[in-house]
Amino acid sequence: MASTGIIENQFLETELNVSAKRTETLFKILFMFMAGLLILPVLIILTTLVVKGSSMISFEFLFGNPTNGMTEGGIFPALLGTVWLVGVALVISVPVGVAAAVYLSEYAPDNWFTRAINLAIINLAGVPSIVHALFGVGAFVIFFGFGTSILAASMTLAVMTLPVVIVATRESLQAVPHAFREACWNMGATRWQTIRRVVLPNSVSGILTGVILEVSRTTGETAPIMFTGAAFFIPVLPESVFDQTMALSLHLFVVSTQVPHVPEALPYGVALVLISMVLLMNSASIALRMHLRGKKKW
Amino acid sequence: MVSTAEDMASVQQHRDSAVKLEVRDVAIRYGSTTAISGINLDVRKNEIFGIIGPANAGKTSFLKALNRMNDFDNAMSVDGEILFEGTNISDVRNVYALRNRIGVVFPLPVGLPLTIYENVAFVPRLRGIRDKAELDVIVERCLTRSALWDEVKDRLDSLGSLLSGGQQQRLTIARALSQEPELLMLDEFSIAVDPVTTMRIEDVLKELKPEMSIILVTNLVQQARRLADRTAFFLDGECVEIGDTEALFTGQVEDSRTTDYIEGRFG
Repeated sequence: MASTGIIENQFLETELNVSAKRTETLFKILFMFMAGLLILPVLIILTTLVVKGSSMISFEFLFGNPTNGMTEGGIFPALLGTVWLVGVALVISVPVGVAAAVYLSEYAPDNWFTRAINLAIINLAGVPSIVHALFGVGAFVIFFGFGTSILAASMTLAVMTLPVVIVATRESLQAVPHAFREACWNMGATRWQTIRRVVLPNSVSGILTGVILEVSRTTGETAPIMFTGAAFFIPVLPESVFDQTMALSLHLFVVSTQVPHVPEALPYGVALVLISMVLLMNSASIALRMHLRGKKKW
Repeated sequence: MVSTAEDMASVQQHRDSAVKLEVRDVAIRYGSTTAISGINLDVRKNEIFGIIGPANAGKTSFLKALNRMNDFDNAMSVDGEILFEGTNISDVRNVYALRNRIGVVFPLPVGLPLTIYENVAFVPRLRGIRDKAELDVIVERCLTRSALWDEVKDRLDSLGSLLSGGQQQRLTIARALSQEPELLMLDEFSIAVDPVTTMRIEDVLKELKPEMSIILVTNLVQQARRLADRTAFFLDGECVEIGDTEALFTGQVEDSRTTDYIEGRFG
């Protein structure tokens, strides 16, 4: 039929269409390739570590002391030390960070003081970790007199990760619609009553995600703890926050570069344990987020 | 605070008078822009006071001033006097208690992301009621009065924020009723609500009238006619006219713009 012919003609490809389509495909593949490249480093790192390091992993390795000048034995003091350092850092940074974020998101008026705080947060996030380390030595080790100790190292880590906690918390608070706050205020609720009953319970998932990401980042930090509380080699386990401790990240650095005659697999084994801890926490964070996101609240 | 015997007498006088809310020369500004000015009106006890007018007439700003929500908005300033039960609200120290006595219903329903039960128990809990049985009674009473109880009584534990629009609006009204308000302000409550629910809520409002004053801001002039005892017509930031609703709708107006608006010739 004639009319069908006309309709078909309308959708015939012109030269211009063909070339536009070709360019479209080209760019799509280019972008996809670049995005795909991201997987490579992760794959290479993980494969190398598993291939070269998995032979080290054993009960004795995880729960034994290093022996024979750190060329043999286990990593337990370092493993436990990392848990201490990260744990104490969390205990300090989470309350401070969440409280600061609540102030900034829920109370702060838009004035020079608020802007100064926001500027400080941005700049704090940009300070290199080695500078944090030196700040930690000056402030916590010397000025506050904590000495080189878990407390000083954890406080240094806490200062370093505060911006992450604050930003993550502030964003999840802001994700709670403003209409809920207005509804509560209209009923005569104070800001704090509104925050406690409506805003915080609905931003907890975002805050937790931020906290776990912070933990995984803290776990791998080396510079900030090197001068403030982590030790080269201590055969005894820490008993309080005023003791020094070994740490996985520093231990990896030491056995890789500082100690002669270390078997090749040992540093890989340490690195594998370290990265497993981080990946485990990241997965926990993703799982938590997916679980909580699944529950639609509005 | 009431300090002298004279003040005491004046408060007593107001308790006896028929006026709930007096608005004297109120003007609201946002920075240098004037939203409304020269507003003078009284809202009586046990009446439904309608406010009609096109968008941007200053109706919502006016409601915000009545329970001092302008405290939260630095850009918004309120001049003039607003007397609630004879007390100038700008002198009220405990602004939370003031807001607690005034229920507000927004154009878009806001079911808080709590269970239906907790939505209604929110204000009673703030008032320190912890007894479960007592809360149960309040929740059932408020939901029944807002014509929602039959639809949700079997799922009080599901989230109030996931109800349909019409149900959420009735939940919002139930929540306002849990405040046991002396004044209920509704700001275009039917905008996001189906016609059947709208009629049900209108019936609810008629039942509530013997217990409280109601300010009904509405875009639907016929809704004002159905419900309001007296109606004010706001236009471009001024109050053109206040009158008996039936009179306004039957052409007994002082300003012809009122009739023009009611009959849909502009706005």
